[in-house]
Amino acid sequence: MRARVIFFSQFAFTVLVAAFLIVPAVLSMAAGVTTNYFRGIRSGFTLQWVIQVWELYADTIARSFVVALLTLAVTLVVGVPAAYALHVRGGRLSRAIEEIITLPLAIPGLAIALALLLSYGTFSDFRRSSLFIVAGHVVFTLPFMVRSVMAIFSSIDVKTLDESASSLGAAPWRRFRDVIVPNALPGILAGSLMVVTLSLGEFNLTWMLHTPLTKTLPVGLADSYASMRLEVASAYTLVFFVMIIPLLVAMQIFADSGGRKGARK
Amino acid sequence: MNAKTFVRLCLLPLVVVTLAFFLLPMIRLVITGASGPLGINAYAAILFEPRYRTTLINTVVLAAATTAATLIIATIAGLFLQRHRFPGRAVLVAMLTFPLAFPGVVVGFMIILLAGRQGLIGDITLPLLGEKLVFAYSIEGLFLGYLYFSIPRVILTIMASAEKLDPSLEEAARALGAGPWRVHRDVILPALGPAFVASGAIAFATAMGAFGTAFTLATNIDVLPMLIYTEFTLSANIAMAAALSAGLGLVAWAILALARSFGGSTVAAAG
Repeated sequence: MRARVIFFSQFAFTVLVAAFLIVPAVLSMAAGVTTNYFRGIRSGFTLQWVIQVWELYADTIARSFVVALLTLAVTLVVGVPAAYALHVRGGRLSRAIEEIITLPLAIPGLAIALALLLSYGTFSDFRRSSLFIVAGHVVFTLPFMVRSVMAIFSSIDVKTLDESASSLGAAPWRRFRDVIVPNALPGILAGSLMVVTLSLGEFNLTWMLHTPLTKTLPVGLADSYASMRLEVASAYTLVFFVMIIPLLVAMQIFADSGGRKGARK
Repeated sequence: MNAKTFVRLCLLPLVVVTLAFFLLPMIRLVITGASGPLGINAYAAILFEPRYRTTLINTVVLAAATTAATLIIATIAGLFLQRHRFPGRAVLVAMLTFPLAFPGVVVGFMIILLAGRQGLIGDITLPLLGEKLVFAYSIEGLFLGYLYFSIPRVILTIMASAEKLDPSLEEAARALGAGPWRVHRDVILPALGPAFVASGAIAFATAMGAFGTAFTLATNIDVLPMLIYTEFTLSANIAMAAALSAGLGLVAWAILALARSFGGSTVAAAG
């Protein structure tokens, strides 16, 4: 009897916490397709707000995708070889480098953004282009790519693979392309999902780095929260949810299968 | 090309990108912080100038309160979900971790929908108390927002850590006659210690530096990230903004480094 009371009170508490997190998200999705949120769902279902968001903010949505894909491209080109090198080299210097590139996880985005502005604010062409935002996103997401790929390297025997390919006469570049990268694919994929999701949602850096002509989706969101009616702000948030939920689901499926593999090891 | 040169070549882009877009700009930030009218004393002013000190204390208190509340809530929910299997459990876990990828601005908007002028809490309290309870735009609203984005992260860490607990220890305690309360106090909670330290440090550091949520709820909430933002944009006091953000960065990094030296691993944070 007592155990049941404890079970149900814990259950109720957990449901309450879940409601705290989910109810506002559901409210915002509902508000985005409601004619008049103040009068409630009874006022009717409409897509007019979503259409309005599309007309007002389509450019920010497109730009966010471009920025995310460019960020992904840079983190792949920079991060995957680096993860390989850091793993193969090992030693104190590699650990120090790893430590430095993970610093942006601890340092608030605001500080990094200010640092970038102070250093590159006068290079006006660069500062005015979306590439400036990409630079910020790369700094912020790179550690996720490097760590994710390094995690794979530590679970497979890279050295043996590398050595056997080498003994067969493969040059370093070919070993990297034909042996290392294919084996690191799960880590590269997991890292890529993470990088794209983070870049699409990044606000702290982007708000400082953007110009009126380089607004991204989260910048537009802040804009709509401040100046648009609740229904439009909600519809815009709904668009954002629709974009990131598939990425989150993919990440979850990936983590589940990866986790099981890890457990078997 | 020999193997060693190739490995070095692999590292080259990372070194260039990190130097150009992170390390050198951060050094520039620290130097700029000391180049205002106050000179190097700008860093001391964070602690001794009353206006900055008040903000700093507010921020630390808010972050500490967020961390404590999050740890308590996440431990109760996380332990419950880890120990019981029931229909709908997977849905609950998904609901509790869904907000992981929400940017701070979206979290701010969620709080407006809960506790803002047209918010749910206002609608519920109007018939009950005779007035609308609206607190989204105050420090309580910010606290709720920080809880919103800390809970998912901390729950994940605690569940992962509870999964690894050795059930035989608990059984032994029970066999020796310990009640559920004592088992929790003497066996389970101490074993979760490293998870508390690791996830608490992340919650604290994130709450110290979170900008998006404060920015959305904004207007007159006095926390460090908002102070940096207003110093930079409104007062054009660039040196002080640089000093404050360098200080904030140092504190956030130090907390996470300290937590890691206790042996907990960290889940990435993005506030």
